[in-house]
This record gives sequence, structure tokens and C-alpha cells, in this order.
Amino acid sequence: MDQYTLNLIVIGLSFALYIGIAIYARAGSTAEFYAANRGVHPVLNGMATGADWMSAASFISMAGLIAFTGYDNSTYLMGWTGGYVLLALLLAPYLRKFGKFTVPDFLGDRFYSNKARVVGVICLITISTTYVIGQMTGVGVTFSRYLEVSNATGLWIGAALVFMYAVLGGMKGITYTQVAQYVVLIVAYTIPAIFISLALTGNFLPQLGLFGTHDPSGAKFLAKLDQVVTDLGFNSYTGHHTGTLNMLLFTLSLMIGTAGLPHVIIRFFTVPRVADARASAGWALVFIALLYTVAPAVGSMARLNLTTTMWPGAVAGETFSQPAVSLADIESSPDLQWMRTWEKTGLLGWEDKNGDGLIQYYNDAAAAPPEGLGTAVAEQNLQGNELTTVNNDIMVLANPEIANLPGWVIAVVAAGALAAALSTAAGLLLAISSAISHDLIKGSIRPNISERGELLAARVSMGIAILIATILGLNPPGFAAQTVALAFGLAAATIFPALMMGIFSKRINSQGAIWGMIAGLLFTAIYIFLYKGWFFIAGTNTFEDTPANWMFGISPASIGSVGAILNFLVAWLISRATDEPPVHVQDLVESIRIPQGAGGATAH
Amino acid sequence: MSDLRTDRTRSDAYWRANLRIIYICLAIWALVSFGFGILFRPLLSGIPVGGTDLGFWFAQQGSILVFIALIAWYAITMNRLDREHGVEE
Repeated sequence: MDQYTLNLIVIGLSFALYIGIAIYARAGSTAEFYAANRGVHPVLNGMATGADWMSAASFISMAGLIAFTGYDNSTYLMGWTGGYVLLALLLAPYLRKFGKFTVPDFLGDRFYSNKARVVGVICLITISTTYVIGQMTGVGVTFSRYLEVSNATGLWIGAALVFMYAVLGGMKGITYTQVAQYVVLIVAYTIPAIFISLALTGNFLPQLGLFGTHDPSGAKFLAKLDQVVTDLGFNSYTGHHTGTLNMLLFTLSLMIGTAGLPHVIIRFFTVPRVADARASAGWALVFIALLYTVAPAVGSMARLNLTTTMWPGAVAGETFSQPAVSLADIESSPDLQWMRTWEKTGLLGWEDKNGDGLIQYYNDAAAAPPEGLGTAVAEQNLQGNELTTVNNDIMVLANPEIANLPGWVIAVVAAGALAAALSTAAGLLLAISSAISHDLIKGSIRPNISERGELLAARVSMGIAILIATILGLNPPGFAAQTVALAFGLAAATIFPALMMGIFSKRINSQGAIWGMIAGLLFTAIYIFLYKGWFFIAGTNTFEDTPANWMFGISPASIGSVGAILNFLVAWLISRATDEPPVHVQDLVESIRIPQGAGGATAH
Repeated sequence: MSDLRTDRTRSDAYWRANLRIIYICLAIWALVSFGFGILFRPLLSGIPVGGTDLGFWFAQQGSILVFIALIAWYAITMNRLDREHGVEE
């Protein structure tokens, strides 16, 4: 059976499973549509949260992001997991006790103001829309790579699938498909990782292999990797090469940004009790950690594999003791078929610049090239790095082929990448559509809408949100990648502080919270725009986006944590200067702090 | 009236105990990630772990494992606290 047919069968089976779940888990009420009737078991909710959270970026890009930078990008690992500690301790149980359906719901009630609700809706829609564009493009790209259809066709198939289970089942349908998608994506991620770890370190568990011994040379794996990459003039893998302050702030931004993402928060509204919300956050992190502890192993092992493929001499010890891989091998050797496959996608590229029939891969921009590299450059008359393109994503996508794994593993990886993108897209779309039908239509425009009317409005909003996301995914604005910084920055600087103060302080009032959110929003957005271009229009940036230009060395991606501090300060100062919140709001705060009386779904 | 007052004192004691547990957890949360993983890594560089040092292990694996343990401990401790103060569901 050829690879294409295998891919078709495995992806087709996974889709049939999702559709089956969609038909089984239809929603009959708004409580089911928004919060799965608060009947989701905490362990299952943990799995669903894992799939909800782990996006196309986590699945495809993160290992490569770590592989090519090493220690400095540990920020992603700590940041994207540490946020769950904040969720479990500071937000999830109290928001579950509050017992409504959306994040703006809480902001509107706690800060007794429709303005607070609307500011919340604006932040939520900005954050979730920027995210969903990335997921939809991810769906299109994965389809086109594995099923040889056009990007657009792939995107419409994905959109039709999400439409089926999200419009029919709302949160209920999404929850149970996410559980299935989690299983698919974690299996797809772990199988190639186990094989590559066995091959390189003899260790069945990639988590142990990473800190184990490199079998072919007998050296410690990480020491080996450090030596091989520094030989070629790259930064050492385990060394610290960036600013410490920026690293701290970036990690903090990712943590509080994660905790402030509305589509993650609403997952904790689906469990029966407050105690379940706490436990469920723990389960979510367990399921997420299964991927996040494997990712650095996959990344570093794939990088060593790639480097030793380019320089066979590096396996045993001396990188330059043997000539680099030859162009003839790359173009005809069956072992290097994967290089030809991935060159077609544009993720990998090479060019024999000095015409010696060899492809030499090294860092031609090294500030202080090591002695061995200097000699090689002179002796082999090198004209620059000849492995001209190595995309981050190759570390995960090409892994099964590099390790010569059977065709069905490749097909499962394709299904896993689709599961990661589709599950996150569905969660984001639910956050967007419930903010529209529940907070804008029911909360502001037509408060007297009937239960059936609101359910219909929720389904229609979902349909429209899917359509808009698909159209944006078809024509992604050039700035799609940049806006991820904005999404995390805004979640960190607006939603997280507002929610936390709403729970932990009885003194923060409506004026304080609104101005705090606005201050955090403007400060963060403007700092990002200064470096990334105003409203992300290319060429309009005020300063060049380089570390030398950043204020105090703080990158635009790290500014969310500063925005959050500003939000806290402004909210506190303004609340001190104005009246304290009314008694019924202080009583509300008292009541959400105590688990007793959470009960089932509250229709309201 | 006296019933309400005991209620309020009881919930205040519960909340203070909860805050104390949160402070402990957050201190450990910050120590393993920002501390061991980043700031204090140079101080821990003498402790070798699998081809590198302890700080690297905390940054890429240890902190995540500690985070899981923290949430598990928090969830269990809070369940007990809920019962002790009679505020469980």
C-alpha cells in the first residue's frame, strides 16, 4: 500500500471517529452548548484541555524551536506549563464556583458594569481570533502536505468537520472530540520519539534519553550535541546566550498569558464541582507534560541526527575527520529520500556554493569560529553554509522518515498534526461564539432572549465564526505569525490581572478594573506595534526590532508581564481613590471563595 | 445574627489558610522555574546532570514535574481544608 493511501485511511478513520462523537454528543440546551452541562469527568476534562491547549504550533513547531536554540528556548517549556499552576491556584476553582458560562460574564458581574463586560469581549475576540488564524492555516498546510490537495480544499474539509461537531454539540461535542483528538495527537507524537530515542541513546523513554548516553559514541548525549554544534560554529545547546531579564519576563508572560487565555479557562466550567476544577488542572498538566517533556528530547535528538547526517565524521568524534555529505548522496541515496521529500515542500534546501560536490552545513555568521571550522573553511574553500533552508517544523514532521519508520507511523503523525490544529481551533471558536451569543446578544443587546433563542444564536454565531476563521485562514494576513506575541501579551496584560484581582481583592472596583485593563491593553499593544509595525502593517514600525533597540532589553514578546504589572498598579491606585464596590459585589467575592454550593449548571 | 457571624469567621479562617497554601505553592513554583531554571543556574552549574547541569534539567524537565506535583498537592490539601472548615460541596 502506498503512503498516500495509508494517509487517507488513517486520517479518514480519525475523522469518522470525530463525526461519530459529534452525532452522539449533541447539545440540547445552552448549559450543554456552553459548558457541557457541567458533567465532564475531571480526568476527561484534563485530556480535553490538553488537546484544547496544544495547538499546531505545540505539535509541529515547538520541538524545532527548542532544537535550534537550545537552553534559551526553555522559556516555552516552563512558560506554557507553569501557567497551569496559576490556573489551578488562582483562577479555575473560583471561576467554576462563580458558575456562569464565559469570562466576560465574570468581569461584567464582578465589576458590576457592562463596560467591563464589553472590554472583556473585545480582549477575548482579539486574542482568540489571532490564535484561530494560525490553527486554520495549520489545518490547510497539513492537508496539502499529506493528502496532496490544495491548501484551500484542505481548509474547507477541516472547517466542515469542525462545523459538524461544534455547531451540533457546542462545548459538549467539542469536549468529547477533544478527548479523542488528545489520544490521537499524543500517540502520534510519542511513537517517533521513542524510536529516535532508542536509536540514539538506547533509552525507551525520550525523557531519560535526553539526559542519557549517546550510544554510537559513548559520550553523554547533551555533551555530544554541544560538541557537534559548537564545532560547526553554532551556539552551544545547553549554554545561556540571551539576556537574563528578558528570559525571565518572557517566561512570566507565557505563564500568565496561558492562565489568561479564555478558551482554556472556559474548559474548567465544564466539571461538576470546585474540587474537580482543581484536580482537572492537574490532570491537564499531566497530559500536556507527556508532550512537553518529550518535545525537548525530540528536538535535540533530531538536531543531532540532522547534523551527523550532514557531517558523518561527527558521530564518532571529529566533525571534520570525514568529508561532508555529498550532493550525489543527497540526490540518490535511499537513506536520504526524506531530504528530497521535504525539499519539495520548501522546508529544506541546499546549494553547492563552492561547487565541490559536497554540502557543507555550518554557521557562516559565527562571531568567533572555532579553530577546526576556520581550517575547514580555508582548506575546503567554503563560500558559506550550503544547507540553505532548515525549517523548524522539519524536526517533527520528517522524524519518522529520518528514523526509517513504517508508513503507518507517518500517517499517524499526519492525523496527529490535524488533531492538534482542529481541537484548538474548535475551543477557540467556542470561546468566540459564546462571547457573542451570551455576552453581546444575551448580555447587552437582547437580555430577554429565550433559552431556545439563545441556543439558536449560539449555533449561528458558531457558524459565522467558523466561516470568518476559514476565510482568514485562506488569506492569512501577512502578520499572522507576529500576532501570537500580541495574543499572549494581551491575555497576560488584560484578562489575567482583571480575573485575579476580581477574586483576591474585594476592594478593586469597576473604575479600577476597567482602567487597569485599558492601561494594560494600550501599553502592551503600543510596545508591540513600536517594534512590529503599527497594526502589524509591514514597514510602519517606529524602531527596528533588534535586541539593541528594546527598552531595557525587553522584547515585544515579553512585554505582557510588564503590561500586567501596570494593570495591577493602575487598578489598585484608581480603586483606592474611588468608592469601594457595593455590598452585593463584596458578597459575591465572599461566595466564590468557598466551594460550598457550586451545584450544577445555573441557567440565568 | 450570631449564626451569620460564626459563618463569616469560619470562612475568613478558611480563606486565610487557603492563601497560606497558595503562597507556599507560588514560592516553590517561582523557585524551580525562575530560580533554579534561570537566575540561579550559574550557582548550580557545579552539579552535573546527564551531560549538563542541574539548572538545565530544571529548565527543560524538572520544573514541569514540580508543577505537576504542586497542583496535585494543592488539590489534595484543599480537599482536606474544605472538609475541616465544613465548606466542601
